[in-house]
Amino acid sequence: MRVLRYLVVVLYFLVATAPLVWMGLSSLKHRDDSIRPHANFLPALSAPATPTDPRFEATLAAYRQLGEVHAGAQQSFWSHLGNSVLIGVLSTLASVALGTCCAYGFSRFRVPGAKDWLFFILSTRFLPPLAVVVPVLIMYRTLDLQGTHAGLIVLYTVFNLSLAVWLMKGFLDDIPRAFEEAALVDGYSRAQAFVRVVLPEARTGMAVTAVFCLISAWNEYGFAMTLNSSGAITVPAYFAGLQGNIEGMPWPQIAAGALLFVAPIVVFTVLVRKNLLRGMTFGTIKQ
Amino acid sequence: MNALEVRGIAKSFGEVEALRGVDLVVGAREFLVVLGPTGAGKTTLLRTIAGLEAPDRGEIALFGASAANTPPAQRDVALVFQNFSLYPSKTVRENLAFPLLAPGRRLAATEIEERVKWAAGLLHIERLLDRPARKLSGGEMQRVAIGRAIVRRPKLFLMDEPLTNLDAKLREELRVELRELARRLETPVVWVTHDSAEALSMADRVAALVEGRILQVGTPEELYFRPVSPVVARQLGSPPMNLVDAKASGGSWRLASGVALGPASPGSPDDARIGFRPEHVDLEGGESEASVEVVEDLGPQRVVVLNWGGVSVHAALSRRTDLHVHQKVRPRVGPEHLVVWPRAH
Repeated sequence: MRVLRYLVVVLYFLVATAPLVWMGLSSLKHRDDSIRPHANFLPALSAPATPTDPRFEATLAAYRQLGEVHAGAQQSFWSHLGNSVLIGVLSTLASVALGTCCAYGFSRFRVPGAKDWLFFILSTRFLPPLAVVVPVLIMYRTLDLQGTHAGLIVLYTVFNLSLAVWLMKGFLDDIPRAFEEAALVDGYSRAQAFVRVVLPEARTGMAVTAVFCLISAWNEYGFAMTLNSSGAITVPAYFAGLQGNIEGMPWPQIAAGALLFVAPIVVFTVLVRKNLLRGMTFGTIKQ
Repeated sequence: MNALEVRGIAKSFGEVEALRGVDLVVGAREFLVVLGPTGAGKTTLLRTIAGLEAPDRGEIALFGASAANTPPAQRDVALVFQNFSLYPSKTVRENLAFPLLAPGRRLAATEIEERVKWAAGLLHIERLLDRPARKLSGGEMQRVAIGRAIVRRPKLFLMDEPLTNLDAKLREELRVELRELARRLETPVVWVTHDSAEALSMADRVAALVEGRILQVGTPEELYFRPVSPVVARQLGSPPMNLVDAKASGGSWRLASGVALGPASPGSPDDARIGFRPEHVDLEGGESEASVEVVEDLGPQRVVVLNWGGVSVHAALSRRTDLHVHQKVRPRVGPEHLVVWPRAH
């Protein structure tokens, strides 16, 4: 039983990490090696003599070339990464800030029809986002938000807000009301108590919510592709946009860029991994 | 001037009426204990006084001024909560300083430091100052929680069962200590509890709160010896007052079985509910016989349960009394110890 358990875990680990490992190896290759018909997966210092050798010459050239503008794009990887960071971070901050305030209201005050409102907020996630691509596209064209940073920031904020409200409500419900009430009696106003007492206690919850929002904004592809094909292009849309260009796909550079693109999310997730599970149960764990 | 005047306060939560018209006056240096069972509305009463709940009806005046439009922050009362004690992520020092750091207070850092030390000294928690609050024991936490209340030197303390979650020994220790502290600070206290020992030992006056109504206010002796109703009688004392139904016949109170309890004074109701304290039951000299059913040793005293004419009666006796189960005794209660209420039909 124990052996079987380990076997399953190891197998799953291999399956899960294989694409990442392959991506890492590809980022070290010359372009020719990356599209060779024979598999080559052992990095070596010099080029092997025969083309069927499983070894390839490792190079960091792909990383150095990330600053180049490839055929099929107007800007380098770095500037697209900049777009992703700006859009991801700002929309995450906005989602968490608005979500926390909204959740606080639902958590602490008697809101008429609170259950219905909360269900309505959640229901906005029932529809697959791509179902509203066309209306959003028309709206954004009218408002001149197509191809702008602001456009995607607003969009991602709106999409993530429902999740943020629900997650934060769970976390805030876990903070005893008496925390703020004590502060109220001690001479603080409601707003001061919120900032001085509730927010510090809600830090973990906000971090977890931020990770969820960031991941979804960071990886979003459909809207980024449709709305921002001309300006403020994020990394996923940038990679996709390279397809079909005259020089072929620059695989090593894509692999290098993708690896860098994944890294911050992995780091964040590892940092708050203990609290992620709690977040996923929507705060149903009570003391 | 009275510290607190509560007039006709009522508060409902949906269908539940927590307070149904409460009147209460607390004198300038008075230690008032509000005694009541769970769900009587004690916490709601305190929260209303603190301003955390707005009453549906009635008025609250603090030191002669109406508090109707005063937010909790400006009432200058301190509330010690039953379940909340401290901010877990802050140290004891930060917890104690927190009320002093409120933006409206504008205290100098040295003044804050001084007051924290003063409060810590009063409660003997100086050595805990730099410890994170979540690492304290229950008793230490409660001391710090009370420290948080006194550090501000408020005009009125509101205490919501501050000792309930502590073990018995610590509870008794803190009871004495806090009573003394309140006297030294010369600050009025409204202390809420369901523990009759706390009410009897600490209070200048006790208010019995049952089902959202104050049934009696008076000194502990008044409530203990002259409760206005059987409900109040049951709140105080351990074991509580014996309550029996009796009829006046031939000049004495008789139980349903015909056993005589004592002389009925002229003009008493025919049908009555009669209360007497277990410590007023003698086991000799009575007219009728009863049998001992249970003997319980409680250290200094021995409590026995008697079957007296078909009714269960508690008697509290000195330890020396030699008794065994099934023994026949002749119980007697001095007529001056009988409390008589007309029976409600």
